[in-house]
Amino acid sequence: MNEIMNEIEGIYAVWLREAKIYVREKERLISSVISPLLWIFGFGAGVGSTVNDISGYSYQVFIYPGITVMAVLFTSLFYGIYIIWDRKLDFLKEVLVAPVSRASVFAGKVLGGVTDAMMQVIFLLIIGLFINVPLTLPVAVAAFLMLLLISIAMVSIGLVIGANLQSPEGFSLVINFVMWPMFFFSGALFPVSNLPAWLAGITALNPLTYGVDALRGIILGINHFPIYLDAALMLLFALVAMGAGILSFRRM
Amino acid sequence: MVIKTEGLTKKYGKLTAVDGLNLEVNEGEIFGLLGPNGAGKTTLISMLCTILKPTSGRAWVNGFDVLKEPGMVRKSIGIVFQQPSVDDLLTGRENLAMHNLLFGVPRELRKQRIDEVLSIVNLEKRADDLVNTYSGGMRRRLELARGIMHHPKILFLDEPTLGLDPQTREHIWEYIQELAEKECMTVMLTTHYMEEAEQLCDRVAIIDYGKIVILDSPQTLKNNIVGDVVKLKQQSPDIDSLRKLDYVKNVQEKDGLLYLSIKDASKHLQDLLAHTGTIDFVEVRSGTLNDVFIHYTGREIREAEAEGGFWERMMKR
Repeated sequence: MNEIMNEIEGIYAVWLREAKIYVREKERLISSVISPLLWIFGFGAGVGSTVNDISGYSYQVFIYPGITVMAVLFTSLFYGIYIIWDRKLDFLKEVLVAPVSRASVFAGKVLGGVTDAMMQVIFLLIIGLFINVPLTLPVAVAAFLMLLLISIAMVSIGLVIGANLQSPEGFSLVINFVMWPMFFFSGALFPVSNLPAWLAGITALNPLTYGVDALRGIILGINHFPIYLDAALMLLFALVAMGAGILSFRRM
Repeated sequence: MVIKTEGLTKKYGKLTAVDGLNLEVNEGEIFGLLGPNGAGKTTLISMLCTILKPTSGRAWVNGFDVLKEPGMVRKSIGIVFQQPSVDDLLTGRENLAMHNLLFGVPRELRKQRIDEVLSIVNLEKRADDLVNTYSGGMRRRLELARGIMHHPKILFLDEPTLGLDPQTREHIWEYIQELAEKECMTVMLTTHYMEEAEQLCDRVAIIDYGKIVILDSPQTLKNNIVGDVVKLKQQSPDIDSLRKLDYVKNVQEKDGLLYLSIKDASKHLQDLLAHTGTIDFVEVRSGTLNDVFIHYTGREIREAEAEGGFWERMMKR
């Protein structure tokens, strides 16, 4: 019992530190708000003015679920870079030498990254109300939960990459090769129903496709795959990513 | 014995950082590891703290095997790292509070412990400022406060005063001594400052190339091995005949100067000078740990550093 309490307090300690730093580093907060706004208003409204409505929704509204997923994807994956800074500044040693299991340290870090991402989600859900996205409370809650699952998976992937690399430069390089393909081949910016075969094949292999599909289903009622398949695959992906994360932290 | 190692070894590829080390540290003792950068001190401490796995050999800390019961070892120890590991974007107090959570300090004791250690290291007034406004010395003190807050049985200090001004350094020495006494704590510290080892430590192990060269109390080391040091300059010294004198314990030649280790130099100086004949220069002083280091390794600790640390040595291979 005491042991379990120790681990929970360890998770809480790591999370609390991340949360405090998130609030104190204003740059992080500001950049995470500005980039999705650019996509929704700059890209969505701009392209939307020349593109026909898709399934009865304006292009801006059609890509809204994809943009929220993108915001979560970018923030969550990039969060992994902080583990490299922690290690460079030797702060990580204090945590690694504590009598707390690596699984708990990892869990605390994941919660920290998820907190960052979900703050952004809340902001984006509010924006959604102003651009005529059909958001009711149950829809918002379901979307939030789905995005939470995606965030857990992506923060874990980011941390796996961060835990296995030594330099922030290397991390940026690797993460770009993970992030952009995942984003472009997820159907975030286009419907996946009438793609050429090669593109459909790639999108079907991309775990994020199912996240985007689930979100679009929840918010706009447009599903390409059954929603339970989306959710199940995303859950499986999150579990695998978390397992890889715990292993990486044990080796650190 | 609070710390015990048997043939403890750490290899990085071909390079042996710690080489078959056998060591025993007693309870309540302040134990110093003295050696140049790259001698293997930090590697040794990292293995004892369970953050580095030994290549071979065994080690026990507070009776727990570092490989089999790392969790128990971690509960028994406190560490102050060579590189400050306090968090810049948290306040001093927040850093300590986080440590309380991580090290399982009982809830009812937490506030009291924080206040206690803050007053020991004189940081009460700055406790609620962000650490990025602290000076190097204040960070060290905060780090020290954190290391002792959960009342560890054993405190590891890796170069606790590296890069600090002399005044702060002496302050920290006082804290460490006070703490060791008050908390009946065992302290293992690494240093390459001779004065630090001399002033603080009950026993000192001189460590070079991953091996213990000699281990004893600083006083005994100085008395038995060096005694006094006579520094001589002469045109063409006859080193072999000097070595034969029964009161000369050791002769080292360096940069055209002779360093003679002599027991009770004041008594033998007359005789010595009669023996050497004309000299250009002579200086007599009592021995220091630095002389002990030269005696055993054939070089000064500063030169050993100029040869480069661990990574430089590794690159050369």
